[in-house]
Amino acid sequence: MRSLWRMKSYLRPFATRMTVIWVTSFAGIGIAIAIPLVSGAIVDGPVARGDTGALLPLALLALALGVVEALLVLIRRWLLADAVLGVETAIRDDLYRHLQRLPMSFHGAWQSGQLLSRVTTDLSVIRRFLGFGMLFLVLITVQITVVTVLLFQLYWPLGLLVTASAVPIVITSLRFERGYIAISRQVQDEQGDLATVVEESAGGIRTIKAFGRGGHVFGAFDDGARKVYRSSMEKVGLSARFFTFLEVVPNITLAIVLLLGALAVGSQSLSLGDLVAFTTLMLQLVWPISSLGYILAMGQEAMTAADRVAEVLGTEPDIVGGPGTVERPRGHLRFEGVEFRFPGAAEPVLRDVWLEVRPGETVAVVGATGSGKTTLTSLVPRLHDVTAGRVTIDGHDVRELSLPVLRSMVATAFEEPTLFSMSVRENLTLGRPEATDEEIEAAIEVAQAGFVHRLPWGLQTRIGEQGMSLSGGQRQRLALARAVLSRPNVLVLDDTLSALDVETEALVEEALRHVLREATGIVVAHRASTVLLADRVALLLDGTIAHVGRHHELMATVPEYRALLSADLDDGPGGPHGGFGGDLGGDLGGDLDDGLDDLDSEGVLR
Amino acid sequence: MSGQTTTRDWRGVAAEDREEVPEQASLVLRTRSRRLLADLLRPYRSRIILLIAIIVLSNAASLSIPFLVKVGIDTGIPPMQAGEGSGTLLVTVAAILAAAIIQAVTRQAFLGMAGRIGQGIILELRRRVFRHFQRLSLSFHEDYTSGRVVSRLTSDIDAISEMLQSGFDSLVTAVLTLTGTAVLLLVLDVHLGLVALLPLPVLLLFTRWFRRQSSIAYRRTRETVALMIVHFVESMTGVRAVQAFRAEPRNQEIFSRLNADYRDANLRSMRLVAIFMPGVKLIGNVTIAAVLFYGGWLAIGGEVTVGVLAAFLLYLRQFYEPMQEISQFYNTFQSAGAALEKLSGVLEERPAVAEPRDPVPLERPRGRLRFEEVEFSYLDGTPVLPRMDLTIPAGQVVALVGATGAGKTTLAKLVARFYDPVAGRVLLDGVDLRDLAEDTLRQAVVLVTQENFLFTGSVADNIRFGRPGATMDEVAEAAGAVGAHGFVSALPEGYDTQVGKQGGRLSAGQRQLVAFARAFLADPAVLILDEATSSLDVPGERLVQRAMRTILAGRTALIIAHRLSTVEVADRVLVMEGGRVVEDGPPEQLIARAGRFAGLHRAWLDSISDHGPGGVPDEVPGDRGTRG
Repeated sequence: MRSLWRMKSYLRPFATRMTVIWVTSFAGIGIAIAIPLVSGAIVDGPVARGDTGALLPLALLALALGVVEALLVLIRRWLLADAVLGVETAIRDDLYRHLQRLPMSFHGAWQSGQLLSRVTTDLSVIRRFLGFGMLFLVLITVQITVVTVLLFQLYWPLGLLVTASAVPIVITSLRFERGYIAISRQVQDEQGDLATVVEESAGGIRTIKAFGRGGHVFGAFDDGARKVYRSSMEKVGLSARFFTFLEVVPNITLAIVLLLGALAVGSQSLSLGDLVAFTTLMLQLVWPISSLGYILAMGQEAMTAADRVAEVLGTEPDIVGGPGTVERPRGHLRFEGVEFRFPGAAEPVLRDVWLEVRPGETVAVVGATGSGKTTLTSLVPRLHDVTAGRVTIDGHDVRELSLPVLRSMVATAFEEPTLFSMSVRENLTLGRPEATDEEIEAAIEVAQAGFVHRLPWGLQTRIGEQGMSLSGGQRQRLALARAVLSRPNVLVLDDTLSALDVETEALVEEALRHVLREATGIVVAHRASTVLLADRVALLLDGTIAHVGRHHELMATVPEYRALLSADLDDGPGGPHGGFGGDLGGDLGGDLDDGLDDLDSEGVLR
Repeated sequence: MSGQTTTRDWRGVAAEDREEVPEQASLVLRTRSRRLLADLLRPYRSRIILLIAIIVLSNAASLSIPFLVKVGIDTGIPPMQAGEGSGTLLVTVAAILAAAIIQAVTRQAFLGMAGRIGQGIILELRRRVFRHFQRLSLSFHEDYTSGRVVSRLTSDIDAISEMLQSGFDSLVTAVLTLTGTAVLLLVLDVHLGLVALLPLPVLLLFTRWFRRQSSIAYRRTRETVALMIVHFVESMTGVRAVQAFRAEPRNQEIFSRLNADYRDANLRSMRLVAIFMPGVKLIGNVTIAAVLFYGGWLAIGGEVTVGVLAAFLLYLRQFYEPMQEISQFYNTFQSAGAALEKLSGVLEERPAVAEPRDPVPLERPRGRLRFEEVEFSYLDGTPVLPRMDLTIPAGQVVALVGATGAGKTTLAKLVARFYDPVAGRVLLDGVDLRDLAEDTLRQAVVLVTQENFLFTGSVADNIRFGRPGATMDEVAEAAGAVGAHGFVSALPEGYDTQVGKQGGRLSAGQRQLVAFARAFLADPAVLILDEATSSLDVPGERLVQRAMRTILAGRTALIIAHRLSTVEVADRVLVMEGGRVVEDGPPEQLIARAGRFAGLHRAWLDSISDHGPGGVPDEVPGDRGTRG
């Protein structure tokens, strides 16, 4: 209930409209009640007295009331459409905004189907309740009250009887409510799980097809669908009993009213016209009371839906930007005693990491599969936050900088590149929409992504899921171009070149050297060729940086490093290529080596 | 345009993006939806008849109550007033009670039964659409996008479920109440009844107008909600890149726009209801006023009794009240109708890669592959494979080499029958792939790509995806064979560790090893590895390389890799260029021949050595020999 109540603030912009809606609604009830009263007046007046002349004015009054009632409904519905859709749209916008702010730890933990079902199903449940249920709940309550009061006025003993019939209704409603909330929450959660299966089956369709596991996936879906079926059946059973009860009570009351009313008429304490009016009014109660069940159920679903939405909106992003900016960013990056541990994990992934990367310098991070290389790089743009220690850029703790400032200083080319359904150009300029054509061209050049010009509409070609599909290597090159184009102070390359063929890789590396000269670079590397992009290498071992040094130093002195990077299949130091230790005179290696000697390799802080 | 072409044009999902479709096509779409609905209802035929009987009874009971009240007032009270006892009244009251009880029992039965049928239909529809999506070819999915698949299976099903839950009940009740009331009105008094029913044609015309307008409006809401879902799914899947590149404001803008489109579509439909509902109310109220006047007139003249007039007024309310209810739920009907139209469109799509009518069984696939004059081009007509003749004997390990776009992946996908060739045929053990049942083919041929999709679940679940029945030991054995056992055992819960959303808890290399283990467990006769090792680090790749001999033993293998380390295990290398095989032979021969492959091989050796180019020993053949 509290969650649903919180949603009411979204109604605020529609305050005037809501007022008009309520006024017209109440006026509508008044008229709905007035029309039978006019009927009663006609029966008791002109008909009883045989007065033809009085008939027409009363009939015209009924007509006028009828027209006004319809008009009021028109106004109410028209305005209501504005208001409830406005509310739904606003909540959805906010939900999306909030989801975009929530950190990766949140997105990793939440199934996307659960998020989707909140944005679609739950919001429309809330909309239906706000737009129709809530209003009707109030209207029906008012209508029931007013009619009951009128019944009292007509003949109080029968009025009392009708009121007494509300007691079992209230008791049952309260009982029903408790059960229904639990079961509808269960259905909604199970639907979210089912949406997750659907999403994965659509996203992983290639894998499913490749293994011919359509049947297997269908089994998982079927299990989920059956779960939803069973819970829904339980829900149906519960509401069927309740709805029936709500219909029976007024009808039984009506029978008793007729019996007692007849006795009253017999004893002259009630006129026949009054009894007609009484029963007419009472029949007006049957429909509202029986729809009460439906509307209460709707309200409960809206409440659980609001709870589910509030779970997301109420999750505070634990990664929020600070106030800081960096005047003239240079990109001096330091990891100071950094620890990182996934929420709930016993062992930290990274511990006591100390590393300094100076402006213009490039450090390669090398480590076994799953050693935390990607995690380490994700700490810089705060996709994750350190759990101890700190990361600084130009002396500022990254947590003190505003997120846009920080993330415009750092650009990452991920190993698994994400392209969005938009043009090549838009994808490339994601981090810097104002980039000029020349700059775009230069970035394409660096990433060897010239193939984009051969796409049907060149840079305007729509790619991503809803557009042209590209190969893994092509996607990686675009992701690289995107990162380069955003002209970061810190450029992170997370094994960006893995899907490229050897020739292309060599060309890209050559071009990257120039880019990396301008920026601080972190390169996650699996291969010697990529490591050679860097001035120094940091070896991640058991969650911490165990060694820092130049590639050939580490090759010569650190067996673990050699095990990771030596292409020699026979492991040992005396493999077939081992004998070329002194042959560093090749063009790439040579250039680099000359450069390296000028640099300070004592970048590790202890 | 002839009717026939129109029919063809609107087949399948072609009408999805259209807001307004021509009259004829709209008829086609409606018929199609109706056919699907009829098909879904068929298994419940006898129960629906029973249901209708129950609801007739229930409505008769419910309708009889005002009638009995009238009887009570007209015939029960006068004898009492005259002091002739209350017998008639008591009988009437008893009848009302009986009617109330009958109504309760039938109502409960109806709600329960209708609920069961509705849920059964939803379950069946979910299953049917899901299975159909799984059956449709990749080319369909690439076009249709996953977001839309999700939208069809979530929000469209929701719309139909909504209708079955609330709408079906009120529709049936309303229709029965309407006809029942109309009959009663005429029975009570023909003249007054005719006056009361006079506006009915107006009502029907009005409803028709509304139905036409709102079906357009609801089609639009379905489409806009799908677009919104597509964007939502895409941006949430790629949220890492969104945050890293500060694309939040831009995405917010796009989402807000799609959200606003959806709102506008909804607004349009809700405004139609806002016109329709008071319209019905107006017609009802005018009728009531007319009946009041005419009925009052007749009552004064003594031609009808007060009781009849009272009953008339009651019934008229009852007549128009359900009309209100119908319009209340009309949006539910319409959006369900639009959803049904989309779903029936999906179900009408035929897989481009069709199941054979008489599948050829393949007892023990050996893995001999043959391309006979195979041509392939993608939809836009650019030829990818101009013409290919190729035989790969069973058990041969073939490395496919060539630049991006040379056609290697296409070749692989043809073998896995993700696509069918435009001309010629691909044969497995002498059988055209098109003559093999999907299951037979998938058991024989498995394709592993660099796209290592992991599903929610544990590491073991994901490996077991290759062979669902596999025991834990077999899973561990497969992991061991590809060198994944080490890292898996080191995970907090070993094989039971949850991989997280899309495998997020694992690194890219680890995911690749899992995918590899999955393929190994599947134990196919033909294994295609398309860049399947690109994310592995050197030790990982080394492990896999070492395991290759075991993994590939007794299998035909097609290996595509930019890193030529795989060539070490290949019996044969095919160098491709522009969709043609330009070099073909054992690796050692090709290297010796100093052609394209020799060049590639040298470049690769340079790249893996940490010493830069130069001085690469031409000892690869010998290398192989030592491990044979």
